[in-house]
Amino acid sequence: MSVLLIAEHSNKELKPFTLNVINAATKIDEDVHVLIMGHNSDPVAKSLSEVSGVKKVIHVDNLIYENYVAENYVPVILKYADKYSHIVSAANTFGKNLMPRVAAKLDISQVSDIIKVISSDTFLRPIYAGNAFATVKSNDPKKCVTVRPTSFEPAPSSGGSAEIEKGDTGEEYSSTKFVKKEEIKSDRPELGTARIVISGGRGLQSGDNFKLITAVADKLNAAIGASRAAVDAGYITNDHQVGQTGKVVVPDLYIAVGISGAIQHLAGMKESKVIVAINKDGEAPIFSIADYGLEADLFEALPQFLEELNKLNTIQK
Amino acid sequence: MKILVAVKRVIDYNVQIRVKEDNSGIVTDNVKMSTNPPDDNAIEEAVRIKESGKAKEIVAITIGEDKAQETVRKALAVGADRGIHVKTEGIVEPLAVSKILKAIVEKEKPDLVFMGKQAIDDDCNQTGQMLAALLNWPQATFASKIEVKDKSLEVTREVDEGLETIEVKIPAIVTCDLRLNEPRYASLPNIMKAKKKPLDQMSATDLGVDTKPRIEQIKVEEPPKRKAGIKVANVAELVNKLKNEAKVI
Ligand SMILES: Cc1cc2nc3c(=O)[nH]c(=O)nc-3n(C[C@H](O)[C@H](O)[C@H](O)COP(=O)(O)OP(=O)(O)OC[C@H]3O[C@@H](n4cnc5c(N)ncnc54)[C@H](O)[C@@H]3O)c2cc1C
Ligand SMILES: Nc1ncnc2c1ncn2[C@@H]1O[C@H](COP(=O)(O)O)[C@@H](O)[C@H]1O
Repeated sequence: MSVLLIAEHSNKELKPFTLNVINAATKIDEDVHVLIMGHNSDPVAKSLSEVSGVKKVIHVDNLIYENYVAENYVPVILKYADKYSHIVSAANTFGKNLMPRVAAKLDISQVSDIIKVISSDTFLRPIYAGNAFATVKSNDPKKCVTVRPTSFEPAPSSGGSAEIEKGDTGEEYSSTKFVKKEEIKSDRPELGTARIVISGGRGLQSGDNFKLITAVADKLNAAIGASRAAVDAGYITNDHQVGQTGKVVVPDLYIAVGISGAIQHLAGMKESKVIVAINKDGEAPIFSIADYGLEADLFEALPQFLEELNKLNTIQK
Repeated sequence: MKILVAVKRVIDYNVQIRVKEDNSGIVTDNVKMSTNPPDDNAIEEAVRIKESGKAKEIVAITIGEDKAQETVRKALAVGADRGIHVKTEGIVEPLAVSKILKAIVEKEKPDLVFMGKQAIDDDCNQTGQMLAALLNWPQATFASKIEVKDKSLEVTREVDEGLETIEVKIPAIVTCDLRLNEPRYASLPNIMKAKKKPLDQMSATDLGVDTKPRIEQIKVEEPPKRKAGIKVANVAELVNKLKNEAKVI
């Protein structure tokens, strides 16, 4: 048995979640090989070879892999699939788009979004927006699995010394063309991996008012999240959405501001270590999962919060 | 152009689901069921394309038990022309659903298949991509904007980094996000009219598809509950707690 893991990266750097998925893969089997497809992506292959737990890196480099076109990735994966008992990737938009296309070609019923490896064929996964956990056993001869990255610690990025094998370019798929990516760049920590997340909901009332959130985020070096309602209303872009149909976050501290706490939102944040809710409605469901609830108008509470945080720092100095 | 839309019947998104006492699954008896929310967006988009004159026919299909027909009827009431119900029992995994859909595509020969990006019961997010693989068609997943061109679609996709645009040649599979459009409600007259629209029924066996699950559901449990927290009186107390009790700032 060995595991073939499909790496997610930017051609320059490994995406941090790949490390979490590598750790999950080592719990399935010790023999973890990582396939990286990219363009001018040597630095990524090299950094992968240094990740603790990686036994081999297969590197395929060609212009057609510059962007994540699943239709181009799949033929390469299929070429290697024979030798592996498991094919694994992250359960984020990268892996969600890619893995089912691999699984169907191999006639395998995929196990999506696992949060625990129970044995090499049995996994725990959330269903119904995380309101139930299912223990599932795959009876297919080979397993295709996507892993919820936030449910596993990242593998140490150093300590390994895997060989890098060059692989051949696969067939190009002509009916899908990448046009463009509007990537939102920011200096703030990434939502998925940030230690602190502060999220705003419909209660913020406008995109402009999100500056109240931004100010606190800057102070705490936090990432900014949002409810679907806030994204739908155009207050903030979709990459900030937390929840069943957005991102899953598990920070040390999650601060929900003007968010009611619909189950679809909770699905993306209820595993956070400490949850704070600021909401003017004392009955809002978010309070039922908050460690610290503040029943207050956010337009008063957020400036005060910033002020108190500023005081703290002066004390610390 | 002909558009096939796959709609799934699921527990309504507003229902607080309950786990069965014997841990064999989720309680579904006497529970409100609805169309899987993004599947409503898929139908809506197809109807808008038809209204713009770019499509001639919309066929709605569901796979499931007898009552799943209601989901097709609802699609007919908002503008689909014809319905198909493939009868199955028990859990049908995305792989089997995609094989059934493939068999239907081969019969119906649509130019496009629209579906939801994710079913909110199993949260699998697989079926569209699997169908695209089986047909060797392009896949435009997580669509929040679709532009119909001459022989292709330009699709804006919601991805972790932001938005991505791809162009796919027709025939193609599109899986829809909730932000794609605002689904309309069915008017009463249209609900009445939908009752007269044709709805074909068949079984998975008729289509030669084996729907036996490959994944055993060993048990379903409630997730661990968070213990209740406290309410703080003011911002100063909150900051104090975060610093000295929780020690997270
Ligand atoms: C299939 C499906 C998937 C979904 N996926 C997601 C998802 O991934 N993520 C997600 O977040 N949602 C998701 N939703 C939507 C979800 O059901 C809720 O509609 C949404 O989370 C509500 O967002 P909200 O809490 O910001 O808005 P509301 O529910 O409108 O809550 C606003 C809150 O702000 C409070 N408030 C207002 N003014 C103030 C003030 N001045 N000071 C303090 N508090 C104030 C109010 O008391 C209220 O509690 C999904 C829905 C469906 C059907
Ligand atoms: N039983 C079904 N009947 C019709 N469509 C389905 C069925 N199961 C899944 N689908 C379609 O596939 C999408 C994704 O489902 P899933 O892969 O289960 O998350 C749904 O939004 C539907 O459009």
